[in-house]
Amino acid sequence: MSLSLTVTGLTKHFRGLRALEDVSFTVPAGKIVALIGPNGAGKTTCFNLIAGVFPPDTGRVHLAKRDVTGLRPDQLCTAGVGRTFQIVKPFAGLSVLENVLVGALHRERRVAAAREKAAEMLALLGLDPQAHRLAGSLTLPDRKRLEVAKALATQPKILLLDEVMAGLRPTETDAMVATLIGLNRSTGITILLIEHVMRAVMALAEQVIVLDQGRKLAEGTPEQVTQDPRVIETYLGHDLPEGAGA
Amino acid sequence: MSLSLYAGTLSSGILTGLVYGLAAMGLSVIFGVVRLVNFAHGEMMVLGMFAAVVLAAAWGIDPLLSALPVAALLFVAGYGLQRGLLNRFIDRPDHQQFILLLGIAMILVNGLMMVFGPDARSTNVPYGFDAFFVGGITLDKTRVYAAGGALIVAAALYAFFRFSRTGIAIRACADNQLGAAVVGLDVKGLYAITFGIGSAVVGIAGCLLSLVIDVRPQLAADYTLLSFIIVIVGGLGSMGGALLGGVLIGVSEALAGVLIDPSRKQMVSYGLLILVLLVRPQGLLGKRG
Amino acid sequence: MLTQDLFEGVTPRGKMLFTAGLGALLLLPEVADSYLISILTLIFWFAYVGQAWNVMMGFAGQLSLGHALYVGLGGYGAAALYMHLGLGPWVGMLVVVPVCALVGMAIGWLGFRFGVRGVHFALLTIACAEFTRVAFDHITALGGSGGLFLPVVGGRGDDLLMLRGSPQLYYYVMLVLALLALALCRIVTRTRLGYFWLALRENPDAAAALGIPLLRVKLLAVGLSAGMTAVGGVFYAFYYNNLFPDQVFAMGRSIEILLGPIVGGIGTVFGPVLGAMILTPLGEGASLLLEALGITLPGTKQVIYGLMLVLIICFRPAGIWPWLAVKAGLVVPPGETDLREKGEAE
Repeated sequence: MSLSLTVTGLTKHFRGLRALEDVSFTVPAGKIVALIGPNGAGKTTCFNLIAGVFPPDTGRVHLAKRDVTGLRPDQLCTAGVGRTFQIVKPFAGLSVLENVLVGALHRERRVAAAREKAAEMLALLGLDPQAHRLAGSLTLPDRKRLEVAKALATQPKILLLDEVMAGLRPTETDAMVATLIGLNRSTGITILLIEHVMRAVMALAEQVIVLDQGRKLAEGTPEQVTQDPRVIETYLGHDLPEGAGA
Repeated sequence: MSLSLYAGTLSSGILTGLVYGLAAMGLSVIFGVVRLVNFAHGEMMVLGMFAAVVLAAAWGIDPLLSALPVAALLFVAGYGLQRGLLNRFIDRPDHQQFILLLGIAMILVNGLMMVFGPDARSTNVPYGFDAFFVGGITLDKTRVYAAGGALIVAAALYAFFRFSRTGIAIRACADNQLGAAVVGLDVKGLYAITFGIGSAVVGIAGCLLSLVIDVRPQLAADYTLLSFIIVIVGGLGSMGGALLGGVLIGVSEALAGVLIDPSRKQMVSYGLLILVLLVRPQGLLGKRG
Repeated sequence: MLTQDLFEGVTPRGKMLFTAGLGALLLLPEVADSYLISILTLIFWFAYVGQAWNVMMGFAGQLSLGHALYVGLGGYGAAALYMHLGLGPWVGMLVVVPVCALVGMAIGWLGFRFGVRGVHFALLTIACAEFTRVAFDHITALGGSGGLFLPVVGGRGDDLLMLRGSPQLYYYVMLVLALLALALCRIVTRTRLGYFWLALRENPDAAAALGIPLLRVKLLAVGLSAGMTAVGGVFYAFYYNNLFPDQVFAMGRSIEILLGPIVGGIGTVFGPVLGAMILTPLGEGASLLLEALGITLPGTKQVIYGLMLVLIICFRPAGIWPWLAVKAGLVVPPGETDLREKGEAE
């Protein structure tokens, strides 16, 4: 159920603006890795390249041994990549359960069975009380949870989480962290997450990759990275990640 | 068919096309800034035509002159429409905007039908049958004047967006609505001005075209479609593209009328639209978004 | 089981009203005059094609302003097969429905492949319909702009197979077609494909991230919608017995088709039906009223129509059905479905 992710030399420019320049890293199968960096560092661009939203200018993306560069988002989903969006994209006019049901239908053709699968996911994320509300009526933290539930429903082997803790209260963050760790332990799912909430990064990630201005700045364990002078330098004058300085 | 006949057809196509291009510019300006597809565009154009017809019939005012009051009238109407109604629909889904403008279009065109009836009318200017002769080519005076008027208005429109404070503010709005609001621009007010300008421009185009064609309310839908075709062919948001698209459509209509069969000339326009949509969706002079 | 699925979310009162209404419609031809029957046939027709259009826009979120294309192709195709080969309309449908579905999918494929979307795609559909309209003006084998006339065979009684007969026959055929379309849409929205459409409509990017192949799913919507509309075209040809390119392919017809679902409630299954039930009588009523008042100005009716549209889109932008259905207690309001499920479990 786990899959390693390797990106090599990923580069992407938008109308001459550098978004990502020659970024390489590996997320080993079954590990939880965090991607951090100040705003505009290229984290979300990196996700979009991995998830097939647009192709990289140069560079390759591999899932285990398979080259998946340039595949469409739906093909990557089939290949085992599940992702959430930083700016959440709920199917506003559908119920919460139906939102997750759409994800579950990816691997389960029968609607009734997929509905059960979706209900399980909602229970896992603690969304079951809201199951029949319209997704458009959820609060932001619940929408973040819904993003995760939808992605998980597609039964991915690697999960890309884009700032799913933002806006959660500390206790909610802890609950989400516990859920993700539990999921990783029980299914072996590989997780790559973009996160500003350092409390979550420190608790979750076995390895941290730091991006700055489109380039990879540092890589290592959370402890190594937070003591790296270059990383501290980068965050000075920028928004210091919550909890990092304390 | 003689060469001079071709040349004549070609040049009259170019001249009419310039007026088409002006009408399309109005649509392009509205879409470029307000992001609203004006499905009542041809209806506004026909409104301009009838205003010209009435002024000509009642006081013998030349449509070239009545373009001024008509522009003012349509500016006020367009401004009021955007302020009172359309601004509330800016963030609504496409199909809701479409229905609203369709409703407005139906009221406009059938209102004209109620007042003027379905019969064709014309402005009957004294120089209606005069012509210029340039190097063996016959150019109808009406057509030349209409095209000249269109060029002048197009130039004025360009200068307005290029140099005037309001014009620059409107362009800022079109580039970045949020940014414009942040720096304190009254976005909705600018939208209203833009819709007013777009309406005034198409109203003028209607006046000018009333020199050349017989006016009927039923023409409205055709001109709405024609404006769409030109804007798409020329490239959305490109003023030069609108003029070029207009000329292209004007010429192809004129040539199709002579070469193939007048009743098939629309097929050429629609075929051109389909081709451009598929091969170069950003239009001939448009930039890729 | 099937009826339970069909009536999911409908309250007992809603079910009762639907059954009563349907019963009344079935018995009505016994008492109604031919004018009323013709109006109701027209309502059924608009409910049917509105349903077809709704598949594409209401479910899959793809705006088409050129559905007259499929009415025209379906009508002309079946009429040609009937007149030249003696094939009846039902056999003809076996030909024209796949053809129209393919034409729709071809237009969709071309458009979507090249990234034509939203309003631009809508314009592409208009252009294709208008292009075909002018082209049919020049196909002399099909009557050209002078029109194509189907032979009216009288005195042979009702012939369901050839769709030749009395107004009552057309009334029942169209009623059944409208009901079938209603049931089909109701069922299809509860399938895997149906959920994929809804996801696509709500947010294409999120849908793709959940593994939905957008192009394929869009094309299936266009294909089903176009194929269904073609059946409406076949009925049109055999009901009116004449076809003019300016009438069947006109943009006005495309607009007439989509007004019903929009007024009734886009993306809802009963919206197109309600829309047809409101708009057709409204148009007829306005004509009768104006006649009675002695107002003969051309265009008055359309002005009233236009005003109605503006008012509806201003005050009931989601359509009348979602509001009415909850207000009148005909369906369980969205968000309260959990109550219903608990009730069923007991």
